[in-house]
Amino acid sequence: MRLSNVQDLEKQRQEANKAKAGIKKTILVCAGTGCLASGAAEVAEAFRKEIKDRGIDMKVELTVKTTGCHGFCERGPIVTFLPSGILYQHVSPEEVQEIVEKTVISGKIIKELLYRDPKTKKYIEQYSEIPFYALQTRIVLQNSGQIDPASIDDYLTVGGFSALAKSLSMQPEQIIQEVENSGLKGRGGAGFPTGLKWKALANQPNGRGKFLVCNGDEGDPGAYMDRSVLEGIPHSVIEGMLIGAYATGATEGIIYVRNEYPLAVKHLNIALQQARELGLLGENILGTGFSFDINLVKGAGAFVCGEETALIRSIEGKIPEPRQRPPFPVQKGINAKPTVINNVETWANIPIIIEGGAKAFAKIGTKNNSGTKIFSLVGKIRNTGLVEVPMGITIKEIVDDIGGGPVGKAKIKAVQTGGPSGGCIPAERFDLPIDYDSLTEAGSIMGSGGMIVMDENTCMVDIAKYFMNFLKDESCGKCFTCRKGTQRMYEILDDISKGKGTLEQLDLLEQLAHVVKDTTMCGLGQTAPNPVLSTLRYFHNEYIQHIEKKHCQAGVCKELITYSINENCTGCQACVKVCTQDAITGQKKQRHVIDTTKCIKCGACRSACKFEAIEVV
Amino acid sequence: MVNLTINGLNVSVEEGTTLLEAAKFWGIPIPTLCHLDGLSPYGACRLCVVEIGEGPKASLVSSCTYPAEEGLKVRTASSRVIRARRMILELLLASCPQSKTIQDLAAAHGVCQQRFKQEYEDCILCGLCVRMCEEQMMAKAIGFRSRGENRSIGTPFDIKSDVCRLCGACMYVCPACQLRCTFNEPEKTICGSGQNLRPPCLEKEQFDDMMCYMDPCVACEIQKQNKQ
Ligand SMILES: Cc1cc2nc3c(=O)[nH]c(=O)nc-3n(C[C@H](O)[C@H](O)[C@H](O)COP(=O)(O)O)c2cc1C
Ligand code: FES
Repeated sequence: MRLSNVQDLEKQRQEANKAKAGIKKTILVCAGTGCLASGAAEVAEAFRKEIKDRGIDMKVELTVKTTGCHGFCERGPIVTFLPSGILYQHVSPEEVQEIVEKTVISGKIIKELLYRDPKTKKYIEQYSEIPFYALQTRIVLQNSGQIDPASIDDYLTVGGFSALAKSLSMQPEQIIQEVENSGLKGRGGAGFPTGLKWKALANQPNGRGKFLVCNGDEGDPGAYMDRSVLEGIPHSVIEGMLIGAYATGATEGIIYVRNEYPLAVKHLNIALQQARELGLLGENILGTGFSFDINLVKGAGAFVCGEETALIRSIEGKIPEPRQRPPFPVQKGINAKPTVINNVETWANIPIIIEGGAKAFAKIGTKNNSGTKIFSLVGKIRNTGLVEVPMGITIKEIVDDIGGGPVGKAKIKAVQTGGPSGGCIPAERFDLPIDYDSLTEAGSIMGSGGMIVMDENTCMVDIAKYFMNFLKDESCGKCFTCRKGTQRMYEILDDISKGKGTLEQLDLLEQLAHVVKDTTMCGLGQTAPNPVLSTLRYFHNEYIQHIEKKHCQAGVCKELITYSINENCTGCQACVKVCTQDAITGQKKQRHVIDTTKCIKCGACRSACKFEAIEVV
Repeated sequence: MVNLTINGLNVSVEEGTTLLEAAKFWGIPIPTLCHLDGLSPYGACRLCVVEIGEGPKASLVSSCTYPAEEGLKVRTASSRVIRARRMILELLLASCPQSKTIQDLAAAHGVCQQRFKQEYEDCILCGLCVRMCEEQMMAKAIGFRSRGENRSIGTPFDIKSDVCRLCGACMYVCPACQLRCTFNEPEKTICGSGQNLRPPCLEKEQFDDMMCYMDPCVACEIQKQNKQ
């Protein structure tokens, strides 16, 4: 049914609310990519079957919904119960019968499935009381994990498209002003004020067509905040773009997603289809005479496609090579028409700003950095997953409080932010507030929000080498200094990690890094030396150790270490079993020995040993 | 007209002029490698970088692609520019030491050694041949393939091109690869068909120095070596 005016939209919402009110209990099974990988689909199926077998669903009392990502992916599959708010982690299909019997029907709690706070050792029942969630400020992700992404009615029940309705009663200039006042900065990495970008598009002459693009390329390895937004709350991105189009006079919208995100593509296609059916996309939206449609473009997954000029060329079907700016995309974008490109998260923030007003939004975060940012928190900490925090929060709060601190005995040494071309920030500087300016000053970048926590078992030379390896493959190759520069930096880092480096090479590395930063055309090359420069700045001594003492403190660089077995060895033979090279010998209950000529330093024995008997020197 | 200063000199140029064109017009030299009049600017070699802006906002941009802007302050030979240029030449020498063009440029900038592992590559991927083929010869026989360190120039799927007319323009503009494109191993050439400019010395038993248009002729040198 097509909605022909705003009243129709409200009617549709009331009906959706009514249908929802009939449901007394809901079981939410997270169906984000993380939980699907750990078996969420089977769990949801088991719940459906169990409920059907017991005939509960006939009374429309209870529904099972597959939802978007909760963020706590490490603990998946995650199941939440409404209205009680109980959260179970690591649920398996075999447990479903028991859960339905005890928790759903009799309201009892199964302790073993609850989250247990590693610090206080207490079991926590409520979703909202788990520190991982309690310390976050969930605004963008508020509805992710709570609604069914494949249902536009579900989105309506949480106030979906009311920001659009509100916008349509405003003047376009007012909307742009509102976005400008909110202080929203682009979440794609560079932090350009979104309001200014929109204003520039609105000032371009009408009539030739204008494009809006949602940048969902997300090429940073390990980052998945955009994926979760697109998978969990696709309608909010669509709503954001609709508001943007109305404000700037844009005529065509494109959502660019990498094809490696099949679930995001699927959910987006459903969401676009549903929005079109309701007349929220297409001609004469809600009877206001405003027309706009959005198409999906699937990318082949090159990191550089996230760069806006390369993205434009990719959409045009050409080789994704960045080009000179100016002219900026706002002047000359897709098919030489004015184009605004914003990140997925930026778009998802728009309905929130319009709905709650710029003032309320500007109150979150700090003065020059308003709102929240989603980070994908990974690495050597207890709780990994997606976290949404207000801007200006310190790294310490994220790592220690939300992340729960280090996993083992090793101390946390640094945090890498900003994806492959970001930088490493040492533990001494963890009081640094997270915002665009502070991170840049510290030699890193915000990037799209990757955050990797590293402990003492991480070698900084090895980290720099790892990222340089990624960048030398992912550079588009157009700029000579980016292509050859990343290759040469990798070459030198490789030498250093093998104990073959010299102090002269270290000098050369630093000189080269500065030149690459200076002379390349796009953001990829300009930030590519960050891993090198930031580790040189904060962990210079590790480089010197590798070069002068041929020693790798963290025990990572294979050429510089040897494995041996100390007196802790109980002779349990666990290491003997895992060694693929037959390098470990020894009688049962006697201390074993490693034959260093056979050892390939794979580390399998070290992980297998329960007594910390394997030493790396 | 757009007014800007280049090395402190007030100049005015027509809108749409690049910084390189403006500098050239006013007689200020900027070294280039991937730029050729008549082909669209590309900005691949980065040799033509100049410094624009002031204070902490100053940055380097490629002058062959950057448009002249009102009030812009351009420096073509600041210490930052020179440092970058010399490093670029060092990188070029490390990859393509046999190219005369690169040797000359390096010498002119006082770069006489390079500190990286020596490589001998045939191509610096400046893209002159690709643009020549497409824009002047209207053939589009060759193009870029792959990305990062695997990037190369060639025909699609390395199949001998139907649209190539063996005009040789790609070789004519190349600053680096004369070696492989004129040598007698077609599989080494970018288009699989560069041998039309095969030096006459290879066709004849007896070769006549007068006929050779290559100077120095690589093929001859190699053939001489082989005979020894
Ligand atoms: C190498 C490179 C990769 C990028 N990747 C992404 C990306 O994956 N997603 C994204 O939104 N922006 C990415 N960007 C930033 C975009 O160029 C652009 O600034 C951004 O999409 C603008 O949106 P915003 O104003 O909402 O931040 C990348 C930039 C560079 C230089
Ligand atoms: S001449 Fe300008 S980048 Fe090559």
